[in-house]
Amino acid sequence: MDTPKIEIALTVNGARHDIAVAPWETLLDVLRERLHLTGSKKGCDQGQCGACTVLVDGERINSCLALAVSRDGAAITTVEGLAEGGELHPLQAAFIEHDAFQCGYCTPGQLCSGVALLHEGRAQTREDIRELMSGNLCRCGAYTNIADAIETALNRQNAGREAAE
Amino acid sequence: MEAADIHHIGNPTNRVDGRLKVTGAARYAAEYEAPGLLHGVIVSASVAAGRIVSLKTERALSVPGVVEIFTHENCGSGAWLDRNWKDEVAPPGHPFRPLHSDRILFDGQPIALVVAETLEAARDAASLVTAAYEVGQHCTELEVKRSQAYEPPEKRSGIPPPPEPRGKAEDAFERARHRISADYRIRAEHHNPMELFATTCVYEGKDKLTIYEKTQGSQNSQGYVTSVFGLKTKNVRVINHYVGGAFGSALRPQQQLFFAVMASLELKRSVRVVLTRSQMFYIGYRPETRHAISLAADNEGRLTSIIHDAVAATSHYEDYQESLVNWSGMMYHCDNVKLSYGLAKLNTATPCDMRAPGAAVGVTALECAIDELAHAAGIDPLEFRKRNFATLDENTGKQFTSKALGACYEQGAASIGWERRSAEPGAVRDGHELVGLGMATGMWEAALMKASAEAKLTPDGRLQVSTAASDIGTGTWTILAQIGADALGLPVGAVTPLIGDSSLSASPVEGGSWTAASNGSAVLAACEAVKQTVFKHARKMANSPLAAASFDEVVFLGGRIALRTDPDRGLSLAEVMHASDLREIKASRKAAPKLLQMRKYVSYTHSAVFAEVRVDRDLGIVRIPKIVCAVAAGKIINPKTARSQILGGVVMGIGMALHEEAMTDHRLGKIMNHNFAEYHIPAHADIADIKVIFVDEQDDKVSPLGVKGLGEIGIVGTAAAVANAIFNATGKRGRDFPITLDKIISG
Amino acid sequence: MIRFDYVRANSVAEAVTALSSPGTRALAGGTNLVDLMKYDVMKPRRVVDINRLPLKDISERDSGGLRIGALVTNSALAWDARIAKRYPLLASAILAGASPQLRNAATTGGNLLQRTRCYYFYDTSTPCNKRDRGAGCSAIGGINRIHAVLGASDSCIAVHPSDMCVALAALDAEVEVEGPQGVRTITFPEFHRLPADDPQQDNTMRADELITAVILPPADFGRNHTYLKVRDRLSYAFALVSVAAALEMRDGIVRDARVALGGVAHKPWRDKEAEGLLKGERPDETTFRAFAERLMRDAKGQGQNDFKIELARRTILRALMQAAAGTPQNQSDKVIR
Repeated sequence: MDTPKIEIALTVNGARHDIAVAPWETLLDVLRERLHLTGSKKGCDQGQCGACTVLVDGERINSCLALAVSRDGAAITTVEGLAEGGELHPLQAAFIEHDAFQCGYCTPGQLCSGVALLHEGRAQTREDIRELMSGNLCRCGAYTNIADAIETALNRQNAGREAAE
Repeated sequence: MEAADIHHIGNPTNRVDGRLKVTGAARYAAEYEAPGLLHGVIVSASVAAGRIVSLKTERALSVPGVVEIFTHENCGSGAWLDRNWKDEVAPPGHPFRPLHSDRILFDGQPIALVVAETLEAARDAASLVTAAYEVGQHCTELEVKRSQAYEPPEKRSGIPPPPEPRGKAEDAFERARHRISADYRIRAEHHNPMELFATTCVYEGKDKLTIYEKTQGSQNSQGYVTSVFGLKTKNVRVINHYVGGAFGSALRPQQQLFFAVMASLELKRSVRVVLTRSQMFYIGYRPETRHAISLAADNEGRLTSIIHDAVAATSHYEDYQESLVNWSGMMYHCDNVKLSYGLAKLNTATPCDMRAPGAAVGVTALECAIDELAHAAGIDPLEFRKRNFATLDENTGKQFTSKALGACYEQGAASIGWERRSAEPGAVRDGHELVGLGMATGMWEAALMKASAEAKLTPDGRLQVSTAASDIGTGTWTILAQIGADALGLPVGAVTPLIGDSSLSASPVEGGSWTAASNGSAVLAACEAVKQTVFKHARKMANSPLAAASFDEVVFLGGRIALRTDPDRGLSLAEVMHASDLREIKASRKAAPKLLQMRKYVSYTHSAVFAEVRVDRDLGIVRIPKIVCAVAAGKIINPKTARSQILGGVVMGIGMALHEEAMTDHRLGKIMNHNFAEYHIPAHADIADIKVIFVDEQDDKVSPLGVKGLGEIGIVGTAAAVANAIFNATGKRGRDFPITLDKIISG
Repeated sequence: MIRFDYVRANSVAEAVTALSSPGTRALAGGTNLVDLMKYDVMKPRRVVDINRLPLKDISERDSGGLRIGALVTNSALAWDARIAKRYPLLASAILAGASPQLRNAATTGGNLLQRTRCYYFYDTSTPCNKRDRGAGCSAIGGINRIHAVLGASDSCIAVHPSDMCVALAALDAEVEVEGPQGVRTITFPEFHRLPADDPQQDNTMRADELITAVILPPADFGRNHTYLKVRDRLSYAFALVSVAAALEMRDGIVRDARVALGGVAHKPWRDKEAEGLLKGERPDETTFRAFAERLMRDAKGQGQNDFKIELARRTILRALMQAAAGTPQNQSDKVIR
């Protein structure tokens, strides 16, 4: 089979990339192998661990199960794009403060997932945070610290909103 | 400010590598580029025993981009002798040699490596390689081989065999007032670090390699590569700056290292090989163990007999060993003890040390049995343990350098609210849930291994400390910076730690909870030597305020060396170095165990784990709202990262208690749940509140820093505490781990 | 992953045409298809990407009820205000499954086409009738603690893994498919099938048909519903047993009852005859227990999964008690009340 590569455009962390991909290249492999954005991690390559979580058009998905070609035109945010101008996203800062990681390998996925959780606005309780983060496994067992970090960021976000109102 | 006020050691310090890790900038083994990098994908055997009759590679070779397919028929040859394949931590036996012959020793064994220009091509081609086998007889079931268990003829280095029996355990058991006998089974577990095993081997020209490798020991991997492939040490550099978890699985060089290097040398190109998650179920695991335990106590609840016989799985080619039953002879005072440990050979890969190897399962079995005996004797299980407190290591008769276990019992019990516990099982109900409390003791050795380090001070006031240690999430980067900062009186930010590189000072593998003590002590010693040099130069300076001082009378603080009694009188480190025209002050030092002291003393970390569980009495669903782990681990260098180590151990212990097991189809000799969807590790929702307590423990003998290490202790005792709490909640004993809900509702 | 051809469909008609050539599979969220392709379980020669099709709306139906476009993601569906208000049972079931990131990609149509989680189906080095008709079923006599206790055959004991479909079964949903012959509607019980002698076929769709929508008839159970899922860990795991229960209550009496089971059969399991036992009865433990007995009357274990029969009875009972009390299970709350 000699399928020609397909031209697609991806906007990754604000930068547009026009690239030719084979149909079977996943978004994760394109990010890691083609664009050298290795922040997004491969932990299982089967959608079972969440380490590859990125934001596609603002929504968190497992990039290992997305064919890049089917995401043509999408805006993607990876862990490399969370900080703005050298300033860490509040959740990144909270992760450091709460020691919400050990080996760091699930961390980019946890962060992208956590940032999405903050945007989604559906987590009200600690139980909600735990449930809505359950798609991100952490073998180092940093779960309680991750929940603490997200709770801190969530409270800060809510306080910010109240102040604005 | 008083000098004594500045202490980085003991201060909760954010990880120095934190920013790199939260921004995705920390690079792991598969994330290094090289010009013309090739990708290798391993093809695995699909039978558990036999030989390869034929391997068909034609279709695979026709995939565009495929460069070469290595099989046992065309594989680049490694060293001939077994000993060349033995790494630092290899157990006795014949180390596995990938593609060595047509023989199949276990399902999932690598039988070919497909190398291609792109990952996709290699992956596609790998799926097109087919093998025909002459299938041999296999056995993967420990129960079947249990009766043929044997005592390993050659002992594994560093693993003490069970001690000789003391007293008359059988007689004492027969005569005892209270006694229990029970069988425990703990199923095979897999490490499953989040990072896939990977090696990026960069070909730097003739026989010269830079290898980015997932390993817990860069120098162990370097030694393996030089010895297997006959390369010079100076030509092989192994780098493992960031390691995405390992838990023991990366102590030994794994398949992908051999393959990447072999292919790189054969093709004279850079090659990356990454295992799939499924393939990671065939590179070593915590073996299934069976434990037959008999315990007896007298009227006062004093242990009069301990008999612990364990059988563990190993492979057909190596005698993997752990310290499995020895704990039963040293955790409690008892005059009559008989311990034994046998191996049974299965058609699997050789097991591999996994977090607290031996103790994690041996202590689980013992601590469940202790709970059973306490219950039989009608004594509170915490009280029972206190009555049987061991003040000596009775296996050896040696003294503990410290043992603040009593404080762990007290503070842990207070934190969980142990007084709430009902003595009667199944008595506390809340809605549909039965509530129970359970506890267990934990223990792990506090080892100091030979390690060296270098410290280098520069006139800009920066200190570099380096050693070929690894940070697998343990916090090594950070604590070495803290140790250096404390020693030289600098801010942590002024210290550059260097680890994860085989070209640095000699270091053992990162395991056994010994890195903080060993590498930390070496760094401390090197820093002390640098301080001596600074002092020497400072005193020589014209009009030196330190001219009359002795080394004991000076202090290093805020980038200065000054008089302890009058810190205003001193010199900046930069001044001293400029005056002597020094571009750097450098020192290398070693840390090593004190053999003389070891004749009299032993060092262990202790813990008390308390669990509250809630069990749905109809559905068998277990929730763990709270676990308290109180730990006596000597000095805690970084309470923040230290706490994380314990949290991680506890979470893995919860996995052992409730979730984790390899499910093997013994007809096929295959692990069937070789993925994260079906091999369950705890998820966010499973983990509620975990409280970590570090009790105060001073120990001036265990290591120069007073540090004992924390990587393992968190898991030890946790599964038993949960199982004992489930018994307290429901009246049902979980003796077969993991205690999945079917065992609760049908038990 | 294998190599394959890729086409992008710009209309349903184009997609249907593409599907009519053999070896073609439709790709939506990819959460199951790509997964299976990576394991070499599914090897389409060609993939037709249907993500650009206008099937992403949830719309009102003239006759009441809602029409859910096949490409509406599981998340969009679960968090849709109309679904939350009128079909909370469906929302709850969706939120009990997978993870937020999978639900963001997975679609309504794709969920219906999810394939089993049988270990052997996923491992191409073992015989499996579902992958390879006539090869044999390794799960029988093998590792089968997650396998079927109802409706299994000698050739397959796999279970359907979806949570959403269990709720759809209880809600009497219908599946709209389009093929070369036009549009047809398949009732939910007829959509998925039992394995019988040809387990490679999960459903009654033809290869050249495409799911275009799921239709929800009007339903109002007030708060008398629940989705109760029992699994090996508290989240992000497939069901051992799940129950979607909905009761229509009047004057303290059950007027109508719908109960569907997940994790126990090759399809979401309903037994309308058994449901009849509940009608006109008081919503108490005795009634529900008798119903659970009846529903599981023909259950047969395979050894390791024997426990699921009793577990299913108890889960049915608890779910019905929750439904009767009007206290549906909250999926973040791990206490089963």
